[in-house]
Amino acid sequence: MTAIDPRIANLDESAALPRKNGELVFKAPWEGRAFGMAVVLNEKGSYAWDAFRAHLVEEIAGGSPEYYESWLAAFESLLIDSGVVSAEELARRAAEYRALERDPVF
Amino acid sequence: MSDHDHHHEHGDHGHHPEAPSDVEARALALESLLIEKGLLTSEEVDRIIQLYEHDIGPMIGARVVARAWVDPEFRSRLLEDGPAAIRELGYESPTTTRLVVLESTPTVHHMVVCTLCSCYPWMVLGLPPTWYKSAPYRSRAVREPRKVLEEFGVTMPDDVSVNVWDSSSDLRYMVLPVWPPGTEDWTEEQLAAIVSRDSMIGVARLQLPAAARS
Repeated sequence: MTAIDPRIANLDESAALPRKNGELVFKAPWEGRAFGMAVVLNEKGSYAWDAFRAHLVEEIAGGSPEYYESWLAAFESLLIDSGVVSAEELARRAAEYRALERDPVF
Repeated sequence: MSDHDHHHEHGDHGHHPEAPSDVEARALALESLLIEKGLLTSEEVDRIIQLYEHDIGPMIGARVVARAWVDPEFRSRLLEDGPAAIRELGYESPTTTRLVVLESTPTVHHMVVCTLCSCYPWMVLGLPPTWYKSAPYRSRAVREPRKVLEEFGVTMPDDVSVNVWDSSSDLRYMVLPVWPPGTEDWTEEQLAAIVSRDSMIGVARLQLPAAARS
């Protein structure tokens, strides 16, 4: 049974999840998907949460002011570094979506 | 019977072939690749989002519905101008996308679909469930709404007309379900707790919870 992982819910300092009234806030569907994917793969043991967190903190320190853009970049770099996906296939697939050549999965 | 009442409020311009933004395309690319590699499923991602989000999305819709039931003046304003009424309750509601609230009655049932993609009133209902985006729901909701409702466990009597509304990227719909009989003296908070996401999409009718009966 899945339960909330306190290490994720209690991310703090620069990595703290955007909230309103204590509830998570996703400004657009893709933000929720990015959040959900990273948490699912963590649950399945694809990587250690600390590794994701380290990438996230690094992205936030150097990147976009938009929290989930940093989150997405951290998730991408972690998956590329660990060989789950290649940068090339990711770029190719994203270009196909931008060109409306594929049906959206969300 | 008026199963064919399929309101086409939008022209061809309304639906996406609006290309996704760069970040959206990257998130789509990731999710599709991870699914193909067998590392996750869309349903698993749905479940995690719901778990962590505490259903905050549908909760906004549910609070709006509960208020509309107990406050007829609010209901009129909500039906007139959905986003303005929602802002009255302190929630943000985008000004770029129109949100129309459809009031179901004991004789007219409204149901929402997006036939071409997955336009969804996520500002009030949170993220769309996977079935909402599935090809069968998108095509069959319009063609055979009663049958689809049956599959959701809702048998719609013949004397209730079923209207199906097709959403678009600049016009989205939310259903104000019928106030379930037997809950007239409940508080607004109690009422909000029984308003389900599916009832606001129009694929469920609300009933007095079994525990509260007899």
